[in-house]
Amino acid sequence: MRKKLWIILALAFIIPGLLFTASCAKKAVKDDAALAQQAEDEKAMAEKARQEELARQQAIEEERLKEAQEARDMFLNDDIYFEFDSSILTSEAQLLLKKKAEWLQNNPEAMSTIEGHCDDRGTNEYNLALGDRRATSAKTFLVDLGISASRLTTISYGEERPVDPGQNEEAWAKNRRCRFTTN
Amino acid sequence: MKSCRTLIACLIASVFILTIPGVSLAGYDYIDITQPYLRKLPIAVPFFKKISAGDDAAQLSRTLSDLLSDTLDFTGYFKIMNREAFLADPQTDAGFANVTFHDWTSIGAELLVTGGVLVKDNLLEVELRLYDTFKEKLLIGKRYKGGISDQRRIIRRFCSDVIYSLTGDRGIFNTKIAFVSTSSGTKEIYICEFDGYNIRRVTHAKTITLTPAWSSDGQWIAYTSYARGKPDLYIKHLKEKRGTVVSKKGLNITPAWLPNKFDLSATLSFSGDPEIYLLTGTGKVIKRLTNNKGIDVSPAWSPDGKNMAFVSKRSGTPQIHVKNLDSGQVNRLTFQGRYNTQPSWSPKGDKIAYSSMEKGRNNIFVIGIDGQGPIQLTHNEGDNESPSWSPDGNLIVFSSTREGPSRIYVMTGYGTDQRRLLTLKGQQTQPKWSPRMTRK
Repeated sequence: MRKKLWIILALAFIIPGLLFTASCAKKAVKDDAALAQQAEDEKAMAEKARQEELARQQAIEEERLKEAQEARDMFLNDDIYFEFDSSILTSEAQLLLKKKAEWLQNNPEAMSTIEGHCDDRGTNEYNLALGDRRATSAKTFLVDLGISASRLTTISYGEERPVDPGQNEEAWAKNRRCRFTTN
Repeated sequence: MKSCRTLIACLIASVFILTIPGVSLAGYDYIDITQPYLRKLPIAVPFFKKISAGDDAAQLSRTLSDLLSDTLDFTGYFKIMNREAFLADPQTDAGFANVTFHDWTSIGAELLVTGGVLVKDNLLEVELRLYDTFKEKLLIGKRYKGGISDQRRIIRRFCSDVIYSLTGDRGIFNTKIAFVSTSSGTKEIYICEFDGYNIRRVTHAKTITLTPAWSSDGQWIAYTSYARGKPDLYIKHLKEKRGTVVSKKGLNITPAWLPNKFDLSATLSFSGDPEIYLLTGTGKVIKRLTNNKGIDVSPAWSPDGKNMAFVSKRSGTPQIHVKNLDSGQVNRLTFQGRYNTQPSWSPKGDKIAYSSMEKGRNNIFVIGIDGQGPIQLTHNEGDNESPSWSPDGNLIVFSSTREGPSRIYVMTGYGTDQRRLLTLKGQQTQPKWSPRMTRK
């Protein structure tokens, strides 16, 4: 009985010890893998973050480019309009010209030609002069906003280049305009 | 052109000595030149008599008589009588040299032109006579010799004599009309003879080309072209490769030559404002003629060169103004309407034609230089623009959209006899009547 008890005792010590060692060993192995995994995860995370940052920056850049393109498109595509037989800048025209001035300030290397156009109801000769007055009005406004006159050229096309050949107020209104180009 | 001139040198117009007693030159009392279109003179132009045998003479006897009646008809002075009413056979001598006046007076013809055509070895001999049928008088009798290609020249020269004998003025048969046409796809300048015949393209800029203006000797034209990308003023000799370009900043537009000088006026905007300047024919600025903020454009000179009509917006709307060059004084001429542009000063000096816009439509008006009138000449027929007087001051050429596309039309200075001058692909605008070409 005593021998049996001793064995039990021994077992009682050894088995947990074994168990301990076993568990100990097992635990050590598990920790190494976790560490590696963690490192990998971290690397992946960092990579992901880097990628994300890159994407973010790219998005920002794209947004910036898009905005620049939009600003450029605004500058080139948004014509300013005039009343019949008038070269006076309307408040809408002045607002647009302020935006165009901003763009010119942000793009100091850009040179621009301002085209003056008319609807075709008047006579060609007078309209050439009126187109000249319109382009000059727009140029003077931009110069007053601080744009160097040397960056701005004017040209009148009179009624020779309508955007809309229609014979109605809608078409005429579209044709009485200043168009901006960059060279 | 050179060969033409040699041919014209061989063209002999000989006044043959008239044997009919009592013939004298008419005393210009046929056409009242102050009211020339109130009563049109009935004139008979039968087919000419073919003097030589052959198809050429037969053909020409018809085409030349048609050409002659068309040419006379162009002036607006005549009522060309229908040939179906004629009693005399033109192929007999009675229809040519030995006229039975009763045959013509009985149908109401007051004037009669007879002709004889002889063709020999490609040479053309034409004898033409103008009779006063009621006075039973031969007014003009002439014989012309030339090549077949000289036929228009022969008829024009005779018509010129007819008009001279009836009005005391040489007429417009040796004049031309310059205009802008889009036939090639872009606006280019073309020139034709007074009746729309012989159309010739003069510019090949392949871009916008506008407002031709004749020098007073008819040898030069000035016009605006975007050939260098902007509206520049081109001064070009029509026959020789000479000329110059005025290419100042801004506008270089609306040229108008001074009478009897190699100077012209034009609108330039290099100062920042469209103003009218006086330039030499070589393109140098002599002086500034207007001085007013806002639009000043489209000069037109009085025949004596002392006054300049132009369009100014100085009173708020575009109106015709007149500047006296001696006193420097500017007077507003038009007060009716809110858009009066394109002045053309009559060569007779007393009137200015212009276009006036109402409700988006332009019409041609004439106003006395004293402000008398204005009289509207075109009504409810499309857009009518760019009036230009013939050098005798009787006719006005203009552009109209009455048939759809813009085309060139002619009318009398009183607005009667409106007709299309020519038909060409594209649109035709901005006609300008030449001065009388000096014969060379």
